[in-house]
Amino acid sequence: MLEIRNLHARIAEDGTEIIKGLNLTVKAGEVAAIMGPNGSGKSTLSYILSGRSDYEVTEGEILYNGESILELDPAERAAKGIFLAFQYPVEIPGVATMQFLKVAMNEQRKARGEAELTTPDFMRRVKEAAAELKINPDMLKRPLNVGFSGGEKKRAEILQMALLEPKLCVLDETDSGLDIDALKIVADGVNALKSPDRAVIVITHYQRLLDYIVPDTVHVLYKGQIIKTGDKSLALDLEANGYADIIGEAA
Amino acid sequence: MNIQAANRPSAAEAALVEAYTAQLGDLPGDGAVLGARDVLFDELKRAGLPTRRVEAWHYTDLKTLLRAIPEAETVTPSKAIAPLVETARVLELRQGVSRDVSALQGVTIKAYGESLKDGTAAADLLAFSKDDAIGRINGSFVRDGYRLSVADNAALDRIIELQAHQGGGQSHGRFIATFGAASKATVVERHRNSGKTAGLISSVSDLTLADGAEVTWVIVQEQGPADTHLGQIKVVLGADAKLRLFIINAGGKLVRQEIHVRTAGEGSDFTLRGVNLLGGETHTDVTMTLGHDVPNTTSTEVIRNVVFDRARGVFQGQIRVAPDAQKTDARMACNTLLMSDEAEFSVKPELEIFADDVQCAHGATVADIDHTHLYYLMARGIPQKPARGLLIQAFVAELVEELEDEALVVALEGVISNWLEAHG
Repeated sequence: MLEIRNLHARIAEDGTEIIKGLNLTVKAGEVAAIMGPNGSGKSTLSYILSGRSDYEVTEGEILYNGESILELDPAERAAKGIFLAFQYPVEIPGVATMQFLKVAMNEQRKARGEAELTTPDFMRRVKEAAAELKINPDMLKRPLNVGFSGGEKKRAEILQMALLEPKLCVLDETDSGLDIDALKIVADGVNALKSPDRAVIVITHYQRLLDYIVPDTVHVLYKGQIIKTGDKSLALDLEANGYADIIGEAA
Repeated sequence: MNIQAANRPSAAEAALVEAYTAQLGDLPGDGAVLGARDVLFDELKRAGLPTRRVEAWHYTDLKTLLRAIPEAETVTPSKAIAPLVETARVLELRQGVSRDVSALQGVTIKAYGESLKDGTAAADLLAFSKDDAIGRINGSFVRDGYRLSVADNAALDRIIELQAHQGGGQSHGRFIATFGAASKATVVERHRNSGKTAGLISSVSDLTLADGAEVTWVIVQEQGPADTHLGQIKVVLGADAKLRLFIINAGGKLVRQEIHVRTAGEGSDFTLRGVNLLGGETHTDVTMTLGHDVPNTTSTEVIRNVVFDRARGVFQGQIRVAPDAQKTDARMACNTLLMSDEAEFSVKPELEIFADDVQCAHGATVADIDHTHLYYLMARGIPQKPARGLLIQAFVAELVEELEDEALVVALEGVISNWLEAHG
C-alpha cells in the first residue's frame, strides 16, 4: 500500500535535511510501528506523508497504491485515503466542530465522486462514532479543538479518523498526554478500524501503546533513516535496552 | 495665483450639473424643498466632488475615483427580490421609487415622496457638515424613500426590510425612521443592483431613537461590480436608547458608507459591527463619526475586513467625547485579513477627548490566513478554496453571531458564503 524509496527531505525554510534516504514498505492490513529517539525525523515523516508544504522532498519517491503522491496537496492525499492523526491538533477558533466534520466528510465524498451525506445520516454517524470513543456531545458544539484537553484533542482526532474512514492511518504520538483509560479508548478506536484493506502506521516513543495496538512490524528511525526492522519483539527489546545498542550496530 | 486648472469640473461633476438641470421642474418638492435642493446643489457645484485634500475624504478621492455618472435611468427591475429573512415585511424602493405603504401594526409608513411634495422633508435636507458630499448629492436628487414612525412601546415582531433594489442608472433614496420611547424593532436596509448596467446609488438614512428604544439596524450592501454606492446613516440616541448597527459590504465598485452617531441622552449605547468583503479592483470606505455628547454613554465598534485581489478598503473611526461627557466608555477595533499582496486596507482611528474621566480604546490588526489552520483543514480533505472560506467565515462569523435573531444570522452567513463562493 505504501512504499517509500530512498526519501530525502528538508525543511523548506532553512534547508535543514531531516530525512536522509529512508526506505519503508507497509502492506494493506498491516500495523507498522515507527519508533526512534527524539529528533530522528518521526514527526517530519508523518508531515511529509500528509503533504505539509513546510517540507521539501529533494530525492526519492513515495508510492501509495503504486502511484506517486508527491505532487498532490494535503486535501488530495486525504481524499485518496491518507489520514494523519496529529501529535498536536490545531485549535481553530470560529470553526464549529460539527461544521468542520460535515464539510470534511462531504468534500472527500465529492472528490471520490460519491453523493453528499444527508444531515440526518451525518448526525447519526457522528453520534455513533462519538459514543464509541466516549466523547461528550457537548464537546462537538465547541469550535474545533478550542478548549479541549490534551486527551479530548486526541480522541477528536480518532473520531475524525473513524468518520473519514481512511485507508492509510498515520498516528503521530497519539499516546502522548493520554492517561491509561484514555489510551485504551483510543487504542480500541484504532483497533476497530483495522481491516485487510487498511494499513496503520503508529509513530511512538514508547512500547506502552503497542500493548494495545499490536504491530505486525516495528521500524527504528534514526537520523532520517530506518536502521532496523523487526516484529513486535523489537519494540519490547527497545523498551528493555534502549536505542543505544541498535544505533551502535547500525553505525 | 491661478488655480483655475484644479477647479475645472471633472466629467462626473459636469454630468451631475447636467442631470440636475435636466431634472429641474421634475424633481418633487414644494417651494421650501426646492429651495433646499438648490442650496445643496449650489454648495456641491461650488465645492466640487471632494478630493483627498478634504480631510474627511482623504483616502477616498471622489473626484478622481468617480469617473462617470450613469444615465438617470436605464433598466428598472421588474419585481421585488425575496427578503433576506423570509418572514420580513418588505418595503421595496424599486429604482428609487416606493411601492407599498400599507400599514404594519405599531408603525406608520409613508412614502418619502409625499414629504417632499408637502414640504415636511425640507428640514431633512440640510447638509450634515461642510464636507457632506453624500447628503448634497442625495438631497439634490432624492425622489422618494420611506418614512417610518414606530409607536411608543411598540415591539415589532417582524423584521422590516427596506429593499432598495435597482437595475443600474441612478437611484437616490432616503429613509427616515423614528423609534418611539421603549419601542423595539429590527430593520434591514438592503441595497442591491440586479441589473447588468452600472449604477450610481445614494442613500441617506436618518434615525432618531427616543428614550429607551432598542433597535437593530442592518445594512446589507450587495451592489453590482460596476456600481457606485454612496450611503449615509445618521443617528441620534435618546436616554437609555440602544442601537445595534450591523453593516456588511459585499459588492460595489466604489463604495462609501458614512455613519454619523450622536448620543443625546444619558445611558445610551451604540454598537457598530462591520464586515467588509472586498475583491477585484474595488474601493470601499467606511467612515464613522461618533459624538459622545452627554455623560454616561457607551459604545463599541468592531470592523472586520477581508481583502482579496487588488481591492482597497478604508475605515475611518472618529470618536469625540464632549467636555462634560464624563464616564464615557468607547472601544473600537479594526481587524483585517489581507488575502493578496496587492490588497490594501487603511485604518484611521481618531479620538478627540475633552472630558477627563472616560475610557476610550482603539486597536487595529492586520494578518493573513494562518497557514497551520489551512494545512490542518486540508489534511482532512477540504480543498484549499473551501478551507480558506471556512477560515474567513470564522473570522467574520463572530460578529454576525452577535445578532441574536437566528434567521437573521443564517441569512447574513448566506450573504458571506455567497460572496466567498463568487470571489474566494
